[in-house]
Amino acid sequence: MISSLPKTKFSGKTITLSHGAGGKAMHDLIDDIFVAGFDSPELTLLEDQARFDLNELNKLGNRLALTTDSYVVDPLFFPGGDIGKLAVTGTINDLAVGGAIPLYLTCGMIIEEGFAIDDLQRIVASMKATADAAGVRIVTGDTKVVPRGAADKLFINTAGVGVIAESNNILANRAVEGDVVIINGYIGDHGAAIVDARGELALEISVETDCQPLNDLIQKMLTSCPDIHCMRDATRGGLATVLNEFAASSNVAIQLDQTNIPVREEVRGVCEVLGLDPLYLANEGKLVAIVAAQDAEQLIKLMQQHPAGKDSCIIGKIEASPQGKVILETGFGGNRIIDMLVGEQLPRIC
Amino acid sequence: MKFVDEFRDTEKAKALTKAIQKIASNLEPKLTKPLQIMEFCGGHTHTIFRYGIEQMLPDNIEMVHGPGCPVCVLPMGRVDDCVALAENPDVIFTTFGDAMRVPGSKKSLLQAKADGADIRMTYSPMDALNLARKNPDKEVIFFGLGFETTMPSSAFTVLQAERESITNFSLFCNHITTVPTIKAVLDSPDMQLDGFLAPGHVAMVIGERPFDFIALDYHKPIVITGFEPLDILHSLWMVLQQIEQGRSEVENQYTRIVQPNGNTPALEAISQVFEIREFFEWRGLGSIDHSGVRMKESYADFDAEHKFAVPNLKIADPKSCQCGEVVKGVIKPWDCKIFGTKCNPENPMGALMVSSEGACAAYFNNGYHEKKTA
Repeated sequence: MISSLPKTKFSGKTITLSHGAGGKAMHDLIDDIFVAGFDSPELTLLEDQARFDLNELNKLGNRLALTTDSYVVDPLFFPGGDIGKLAVTGTINDLAVGGAIPLYLTCGMIIEEGFAIDDLQRIVASMKATADAAGVRIVTGDTKVVPRGAADKLFINTAGVGVIAESNNILANRAVEGDVVIINGYIGDHGAAIVDARGELALEISVETDCQPLNDLIQKMLTSCPDIHCMRDATRGGLATVLNEFAASSNVAIQLDQTNIPVREEVRGVCEVLGLDPLYLANEGKLVAIVAAQDAEQLIKLMQQHPAGKDSCIIGKIEASPQGKVILETGFGGNRIIDMLVGEQLPRIC
Repeated sequence: MKFVDEFRDTEKAKALTKAIQKIASNLEPKLTKPLQIMEFCGGHTHTIFRYGIEQMLPDNIEMVHGPGCPVCVLPMGRVDDCVALAENPDVIFTTFGDAMRVPGSKKSLLQAKADGADIRMTYSPMDALNLARKNPDKEVIFFGLGFETTMPSSAFTVLQAERESITNFSLFCNHITTVPTIKAVLDSPDMQLDGFLAPGHVAMVIGERPFDFIALDYHKPIVITGFEPLDILHSLWMVLQQIEQGRSEVENQYTRIVQPNGNTPALEAISQVFEIREFFEWRGLGSIDHSGVRMKESYADFDAEHKFAVPNLKIADPKSCQCGEVVKGVIKPWDCKIFGTKCNPENPMGALMVSSEGACAAYFNNGYHEKKTA
């Protein structure tokens, strides 16, 4: 569609409304920043859509998986990651936890007028590096520039396509009594890193986001244990929210042992100071899986050998009742019910 | 984590639970009803639920969750005042986070923010003062809320603003006082409490002596208590010991923080900036004499009530609410007619459903929806 335009070099330090106007400035932006940055064969063709060979997809499985997510994180850069890494990772993980092999991503960007080109290039490079490392390609995209104040710096939407192998069937309603709950490491790192990066609290911590693609770990898990009953990534709303979804969908009780749930000292510290609960803090590289008890030991061993799963452990078990409830043994001798959050987690006064 | 895990030790908890059970069984033959011990402070309520402490106690000991949750007891009229102040286009309204969701008669601060008011969550009034420095063309109001625990930080911030001649900062003072409130609970005809856990962080400021009247005049044991789960168990054991030995004294369990005379500089700052109001309206408890403070005339320049027209309308609590009876231990949350139905954490009708520190919200969020599940 635009290949006939004469090739120029993208210039300027900030994004202006003309970069979204559909004319030459926009084509320069697309060519020099996005097409060059993402560097995928599908994108280089500059057609209005990416095209896939169905026969190739068929070899990987019998079901197509499709997901979408929008990323509006503030700040755009935070310890251990940025909005670009997040936008690629989050969508890859949404595919992967369903058992899909993630293959292709789209990238829609809504950019506020005045946004720094340097930052945009950093973010595109981060998306490319994350996608490469996870073995997926960014194959098509869209760019809009909106007037100052109409968006907060940069919003990214990514959609992802993957293929699910015939051998697995991961569903939130498949947890049964006797199953165990597995997590692949420390919870709350992302939430704590974002609180820290906002800089409003002058915290002195060194927590980095856990933002990481989980597709490689999950494919290895499925090779060893094709019958994973339930699996989701614990993002917004944290571990507590995912477990409540499983308990409600499967009509079972989930019994957690607080002493087994991995939380870093720094994250605990942030939570103690602010009156937050790490169970509800966001993660961007944590999967929660429910599997049959007899599969657990071998699966955990395998996960621990993977960089994304070296702190994997069992954190709880499935019981028949009370149905739909998540119960935490506090490690102090008592129990409490872990419910869904009503709204946002708000810090307490005193 | 150092200085945290020591106070959450399971083995020590078991030993204390055992000691509590022993006294409880010694007392059992003499009891006509379960012993009711009130933890006044919402912070204690939070710890009790977070660690499942009620389930660790013998059947003849009941915790009554008192009115010491400053967010919960905020009357709707006061929230309306906050919203009115915040909706002034020249104002940046700052508040502690958990006050955001408290319902007013029309909207909460969270809703007012969504409607366009510039409302910001701060963790300290000093952050609000910083905002005032950075936004000289705006008036920054800090919503001063809480008992004596948070009063000194409000007072020091006003004093700092005065020292620096920051003229665009003011305090909307809604601070409340502990002692008149405990007295109101004790004077209530349906009161049947047997002992108290006193708020440790209030005592950190005001010291031990202001609680003497509870022991001397009302003959109830009272123990100043810290906020870790072992503090709660330890203090309960101390209260029970007093009951068993027929004593009623003010004892201090939280000695690592609370000095007998409190914190002198904090008290001086409070008395420099604040004075007692004749009465203050509480959600769920009605008007209590001398239970709030306002800013002194000499600090009027930093007083939002002086600088702005505050509607100050009294909005009656919903008639169906039984918060007052819950707070005094007369009924349990699930005995209330609207608990969990018309009144729930998403749409709180009553004070105690508002914050996670309120007894009803704590019961609801922890799944104690009816008696049999507790």
